[in-house]
Amino acid sequence: MLIDWFTLIAQLVNFLILAWLLKRFLYHPIVTALDAREKKIASELQHATVVENEAKQSMSEWRQKNVEFEKQRMLLMQQATKAADDKKAELLIDARKEYDNLRARLEESLHHEQINLQQEIIGRISTEVFSLAKKVLEELADVSLEDCMVKVFCERLRKIEKADIGVMTRSFRQSSHPPIIRSVFSLTQEQREIVNKAVMDVFSIDANILFETDPNLISGLELSMNGHSISWNIKAYLDALQLTAEVSLERDKKENVHDKQPAQNLS
Amino acid sequence: MHLTSDDVVVWHYGFVKLNLTILTTWALILILVGGSAFMTRKLSGGIHISRWQSFLEILVTFFLQQFEEVGLRNPARYLPYLATLFLFIAMANLCTVIPGYEPPTGSLSTTAALALSVFIAVPLFGISEQGLGTYLQSYLKPTVIMLPFNIISEFSRTLALAVRLFGNMMSGAMILAILLTIAPLVFPVLMSILGLLTGMVQAYIFTILATVYIAAATRTRDEETV
Repeated sequence: MLIDWFTLIAQLVNFLILAWLLKRFLYHPIVTALDAREKKIASELQHATVVENEAKQSMSEWRQKNVEFEKQRMLLMQQATKAADDKKAELLIDARKEYDNLRARLEESLHHEQINLQQEIIGRISTEVFSLAKKVLEELADVSLEDCMVKVFCERLRKIEKADIGVMTRSFRQSSHPPIIRSVFSLTQEQREIVNKAVMDVFSIDANILFETDPNLISGLELSMNGHSISWNIKAYLDALQLTAEVSLERDKKENVHDKQPAQNLS
Repeated sequence: MHLTSDDVVVWHYGFVKLNLTILTTWALILILVGGSAFMTRKLSGGIHISRWQSFLEILVTFFLQQFEEVGLRNPARYLPYLATLFLFIAMANLCTVIPGYEPPTGSLSTTAALALSVFIAVPLFGISEQGLGTYLQSYLKPTVIMLPFNIISEFSRTLALAVRLFGNMMSGAMILAILLTIAPLVFPVLMSILGLLTGMVQAYIFTILATVYIAAATRTRDEETV
């Protein structure tokens, strides 16, 4: 007999024990691990889906905010540009005003400087001319310049037209002030008497003439009667000289302004 | 020369005896259970798993897929029984490469025990799945006349299972032993390789046939409801 019944029963029992042991140590742990992993993967997939949705929502919000931010940025940029342009225009206007003020002050300063220079030149020229003339007259002709001036002044007085003499005489009589003779130098007594006599002869008046010295006259004499005056000095000559100098300076200034004009336009 | 390992008795006490078949089976049980316990001692439910766990999961998943393809609706329920059939037969047959080893499947007592387990398991699974009445009615289908033929079929297929596996394994071992006595060394090696292939095929056939029988016994009510 090929079948041993005890062996058959023993093998059947052995097989059942083996099936139970393998179920305990192999199939159950493996199936449990598989189920756990499937659940975990499903959970992670669900979590990933939730995270993806949140990420999409966040991205959408971020894009919307970005668009709004871009709009605000453009608006602020436009406002800033406009403000900068306005400020630039304002600063340019202020700068031009400042430039004009400075230019006016400069011109005024130049004008004053010009006048002072002219006065200084006139003074020096006068001083030099009269010291030279005085010296020449004294050394070459043995004549005093002051005497000549008094003499010439008296001659001039006598050559005044009748109408002018009348005007000055009336003016003198309406005033309580005495006639005044101004000279750059102090007249000697003799010279004063000559002048006094000439005044009395020409204007037919009897008054005490007041003699004064005035350095501004430079040279010559001046008769002042209640606001009217007759003078013989080199002021006229110097006025002509000043007028010539002013014309020359004005021409130079215009040329300078013309030369500087392109540079201003460039600035 | 003994025909089966049942004849090699190590110890006996009356009816009770301890032969080579039982000893070899215990050794195989020890190897299988010990190996399983070793490989499943650190299982992880996470994403990152060890190579052993990956191998075991592939094995179990393969079993489940095969059983489902054959027709089982809930393969996880029958996994311990059917997979143990395959693992035991395959392990018993693969160990024939070990010199001096005699497979327990070369014993008709063992194959008959496995076939008997199938003979018992099929109606048990069928009754648990369908209920006793419904299961017994399946013997009367398609007509009452088929009842004796259905009963004969139950016994004949059990006998076929036992004899097929025994015949293949016993013949393989016998041919190998004969060739070792008469042929050079090359032929026994080739026959041994062929024996390994035959052993795996027989394990697969035995398990698939058992699966088919269980599927046939548990599928009747499902088909009626569909």
